[in-house]
Amino acid sequence: MSTPRARMQALVGAHLRRFDGRRLLALVYKESLQALRDPSTLLIAFVLPVVLLLLFAYAVSLDARHVRIGVVVESPAATAQSLAAAFAATEYLDAHFAHDRREVADALVAGTLRGFVVIPQDFEQRLARPGDGPLLQIITDGSYPNTANFVGNYAQGVVQTWRTGRDGAASATPLALEPRYWFNAQLESRRALVPGAIAIVMTIIGTMLTALVVAREWERGTMEAVLSTPASVVEILVGKLLPYFALGMLSMLTATALATFAFAVPLHGSLAALLLLSAVFMVPALGQGLLISSLTRNQFLAAQIALFSGFLPAFMLSGFLFEIDAMPAPIRTMTWLIPARHFVSSLKTVFLAGDVWCVFLPNLFAMAAIGAVFFLFAKRATRKNLEP
Amino acid sequence: MRRLPSSLSFTRLHAQFIKEVLSILRDPRSRMIVFAPPLLQLVVFAFAATLEVRNVDVAVYDQDAGRWSHELVQRLHSARFIAQVRVVDNPAQVRDLLDRGKVIAALAIPADFSRTIAAGGTAHVQVLVDGRRSNSGQITVGYLASIAAELGAQADTDGAAASPAVVVRHWFNPNLTYRWFIVPGLTGILALFSALLITSLSIARERELGTFDQLLVSPTSTLEIIVSKSLPALAIGTLLGLLMVAAATGPFGIPFSGSFVLLLASLVLFILSAVGIGLMISAVSMTQQQAILGAFAIGVPAVLMSGFATPVENMPLALQWAAQAIPLTHFLIIVEGSFLKAMSAGDVLGNLWPLALIAIATLSMAAMFVRGRLQ
Amino acid sequence: MSVAGQTSPSTMTATPAPAVVIDGLHKQFGALTALRAVSATIHTGRLTGLVGPDGAGKTTLLRILAGLLTPSTGRASVAGLDVVVDNDAIHHATGYMPQRFGLYEDLSVLENMRLYARLRGLDTTRNADLFAELLEFTRLAPFTARLAGKLSGGMKQKLGLACALMARPKVLLLDEPGVGVDPVSRQDLWRMVQALTDDGMAVVWSTAYLDEAERCDSVLLLHEGRLLFDGPPQRLTAQLRERSFRLENVGAGRRALLTAALDLDSVSDGVIQGAGVRVVLRAGAASNDIRALAAQARVELAAVPARFEDAFIDLLGGGPGGTSALAERLPPVELDSPSAVSCRDLTKRFGDFTATDRVSFEVRQGEIFGLLGPNGAGKSTTFKMLCGLLKPSSGQAQVAGHDLRHATGAAKSRLGYMAQKFSLYGLLSVRQNLEFAAGVYGLDGATRRGRIEDMIDTFDLGPWLAAAPDALPLGHKQRLALACALMHRPPVLFLDEPTSGVDPITRREFWTHINGLSRRGVTIMVTTHFMDEAEYCDRVAMLYRARLIALDTPDQLKRRAIDSARPDPTMEDAFIHLVEAADLQLAAA
Repeated sequence: MSTPRARMQALVGAHLRRFDGRRLLALVYKESLQALRDPSTLLIAFVLPVVLLLLFAYAVSLDARHVRIGVVVESPAATAQSLAAAFAATEYLDAHFAHDRREVADALVAGTLRGFVVIPQDFEQRLARPGDGPLLQIITDGSYPNTANFVGNYAQGVVQTWRTGRDGAASATPLALEPRYWFNAQLESRRALVPGAIAIVMTIIGTMLTALVVAREWERGTMEAVLSTPASVVEILVGKLLPYFALGMLSMLTATALATFAFAVPLHGSLAALLLLSAVFMVPALGQGLLISSLTRNQFLAAQIALFSGFLPAFMLSGFLFEIDAMPAPIRTMTWLIPARHFVSSLKTVFLAGDVWCVFLPNLFAMAAIGAVFFLFAKRATRKNLEP
Repeated sequence: MRRLPSSLSFTRLHAQFIKEVLSILRDPRSRMIVFAPPLLQLVVFAFAATLEVRNVDVAVYDQDAGRWSHELVQRLHSARFIAQVRVVDNPAQVRDLLDRGKVIAALAIPADFSRTIAAGGTAHVQVLVDGRRSNSGQITVGYLASIAAELGAQADTDGAAASPAVVVRHWFNPNLTYRWFIVPGLTGILALFSALLITSLSIARERELGTFDQLLVSPTSTLEIIVSKSLPALAIGTLLGLLMVAAATGPFGIPFSGSFVLLLASLVLFILSAVGIGLMISAVSMTQQQAILGAFAIGVPAVLMSGFATPVENMPLALQWAAQAIPLTHFLIIVEGSFLKAMSAGDVLGNLWPLALIAIATLSMAAMFVRGRLQ
Repeated sequence: MSVAGQTSPSTMTATPAPAVVIDGLHKQFGALTALRAVSATIHTGRLTGLVGPDGAGKTTLLRILAGLLTPSTGRASVAGLDVVVDNDAIHHATGYMPQRFGLYEDLSVLENMRLYARLRGLDTTRNADLFAELLEFTRLAPFTARLAGKLSGGMKQKLGLACALMARPKVLLLDEPGVGVDPVSRQDLWRMVQALTDDGMAVVWSTAYLDEAERCDSVLLLHEGRLLFDGPPQRLTAQLRERSFRLENVGAGRRALLTAALDLDSVSDGVIQGAGVRVVLRAGAASNDIRALAAQARVELAAVPARFEDAFIDLLGGGPGGTSALAERLPPVELDSPSAVSCRDLTKRFGDFTATDRVSFEVRQGEIFGLLGPNGAGKSTTFKMLCGLLKPSSGQAQVAGHDLRHATGAAKSRLGYMAQKFSLYGLLSVRQNLEFAAGVYGLDGATRRGRIEDMIDTFDLGPWLAAAPDALPLGHKQRLALACALMHRPPVLFLDEPTSGVDPITRREFWTHINGLSRRGVTIMVTTHFMDEAEYCDRVAMLYRARLIALDTPDQLKRRAIDSARPDPTMEDAFIHLVEAADLQLAAA
């Protein structure tokens, strides 16, 4: 038994450094094994992004298609039939014909229709005397404002087009807008939502999962054993974070591959820029998780705080679903402190526009700065002993 | 003296109910965590979650500088949704502003703009929109179009085309105030998450601490365990829901037109079905971590598919069917309908029975999983 | 002990410096004082026991020595390094095994060992020999791929020790390594530690089991943060000359006799040993009373050598009295079935693994029945089936005449259960825990109020009613757990390692109650690793490799282990003898 001891004696001198690569490697290896063995980790890191992307691709479509509307044709005139046919022909509206207003009004309350158009009895006369009053009325279900807006605008467009087709160039408007959508010519909302999916999953992994696993070590008492070894606090924390950093990046790459190959979302920017942005985003995400767990040392509280301070803000206030500009000033100010906001803004650009460094640089700086603050606080909250 | 143990004893149930309530609410820290964040979230998200467009900047590249282009820029300046009109003098600047996301749209007014209008022709204005913000961009174009229409009406002295051909009326929410939609919906989502988290941890925590065995050796039945774990979460979830409904009608001033009794009944059934899902997750989880992550893996997709983010009818048919299994889908219809549409009892009941079905199914599954643990 | 110096002369100083020097150590946690002016010296090549009742400050002292806590005042140095100034170096010089092992349950045995080896700067590929040695040493070699969470308690302790031993620290700090370990594994642990001290290492072993302390070279005895004794255990034991006696072969009346003995003013401590009763007299007390008692009971009184435990209890002011206020209040139990607990061909299979294999026995009313066996022998599986926590694969189990399979509810309402971790609701107050226990067993109205008040009086819980269970001293916590388990006055009480990690004084109080309950006709089923506890049992069932290998009184089991080397075997000897005999039989078959 003398050889190992002699060796140890030699090692003591050599290892009295604060940082040691091999110790770090051992910690990283341990953490990775643990992460990979827990089915719930894999569920969050690999299944949830796929589910989210599928939902964003198919379910959460901000592009309204086949919105059910009622078309009440009260007039027997041929013109009325022709307009009704115009409604039936559009692919954005799914027209259901009725003869009675009350019928469709009830359907509107029940939510089976999102709006209806009434082609009145005297439609022919109204058409003959333009200027006297409106041709027809469009009613929408205002309880879903977004859909209502769409139905109103679109139905108006249908009527406009129908009239233009009838009158020829007679009533040409003096001013026509020609919208061109840059970066997303087809206006597919999935393209705008993919970055959101990535940001959400990386927030869950970086903040929620990290907060849980660090809190778990305190709860189960394994932290005490590791702290009693020569490993330094920096090694322990970095060893804890690196695997989740890698997991977050892997999860991001999975989501990106799926988005570009399966859902045909283009990646206009470079992969290098995407990797850099994601890597820098993991800094505040991990820092926040670490800070939460160091403060609570309890899984239940850590999960709750991570939910309310990390996940929900990333979901609601990062600008991927809701327009930040439209929020009231105090909330707008608050969003600057949310790392996901800066990440989402850059991700949208790197996917849809390309490498626009004048967008990336301020975002990178902001994420790094927020991360640095989190780590500073976390370092202060974690000491290399068990003092309460 | 000793009563024969049956599958449901009020005394045993009462004792467990008290225990569950105290486990959640005795600690002031957890009391705060249960009630404060959801209410705070309601306030923040009620203002934050909006699909309206406000406070955006637009750029104008005016190559005309004639009467009508001046008129157009003037109208843009006074438009309520625009925070700032940035006038630029070359296309490169337009590109730069759009690239950096400084403006959501840029209007390029051609040099012959005023001349064409004066001559009675149709002048074309190119609008470049930031497609990264696809939804807001679309709405912005809508707003710009109505400004163009007003300007066109002013230019068209004949007045023939100026008469509004169509009148659009929005029932239930005439001004399309987005908050009227978001706040009732948030009520459901936040109550759902609270109930889900409380119940998903309940069995997992007892198992980690070893008290679950203590419970299983007592004469209490699986039915009693499930009922006693459901009731406190049900009470808290319902209370939270009611608080938020009160906030919606009070401070937020959202009109409530439906039947309160029916809404309360729906709320109870809705929370009960969420509790069933939470208990199911808890019964299969080995640790608290698994329970929390499980609740997330179920809760997040459920919210996305429920019709809150986007209407269910926009989804493919298969997903529409799947959405029927989500309690939130049905509750959203009821809560939106009860607030704004004075939804009739018949319509409410039509969405109530699926909730009851989901609640029964999930709670029996949870009971089965708990019983399976004894094998 | 001098071997160490010879094998690696370069590392040892000429005169063996003390391994640990503690000087005026004081540690304060808020209002609580954990250590008061502790000064001591711990030497290399020796095993030092750190003993004391719960809350004495043992863990705090170990954590300070491991560099995990900083002393409020005073100094401590380990291997010449100050725990505060040279904190980094301390972690190289010490190996520390915390109470909760510090093992990652979702990593395998080998992965845990590799992790701690690398954290201590060892190259695992070049140290294959060290790993082989440690695996051999801990007898864990066949289980290298098993997840730590799936190991038995004893194997976890050995693995924890192996991890703490990586890189051969100069000082090894072990916090209660004997908890939850069966006698066979405990023997292994001792063998391992002995080898280490022989090799020149200083080992500090904290324990609440005093037979362990007795085997240490030196002992530090802490009480309420103060050091009461520092020296070889024999020195403390020697102070107790001629004060220990045994009332021999008392038989059935031994519990009543123990109560009577403990109620004597001259007796400071007493325990049951098989059919006999062992008593310790107070300092300066005459033996007249106890002799009179022996004469009255017509039993022989023999003087026996003092044990360290006697001295320990004596130093702390003697054990609790012999009368259980609890049993006094309890009406005698009447049972309509001839056997309180019975099982026939009880079998449990998990996949192709058989955890319990055709076990049959009957427990009479009022009996204290022990279920013993090495870790992983199927003891807890059998126990769980008997109290309805697991469904048997085949065979029958009855409690108070009710079949557990068919009349689960009826059977469950007739049994009380107290687990190792007490299983109290930490988020509820003491009173709320009592209310819950009463309610969950269907008590209500006046009965419920009466019972709860009874329990509060009996166990003196009045001042603690609003506190959380975790804030209670260990003894009170145990009382609360017992109160909760007995609220519905069950005729059968199941105890799952009830005193694991509990100090001797709390343990005595507990057994006073159990003895009282048994005299009132309550049947007690108990699993334990603690052999002193097995002595309290009327009969003991010994399980090994899923089978019942012996079922007899403790005295008979001990008698079986008698050989020339051990004329008077202890219960621990009997345990090991049974296991070895079963192994031999298996090998022969």
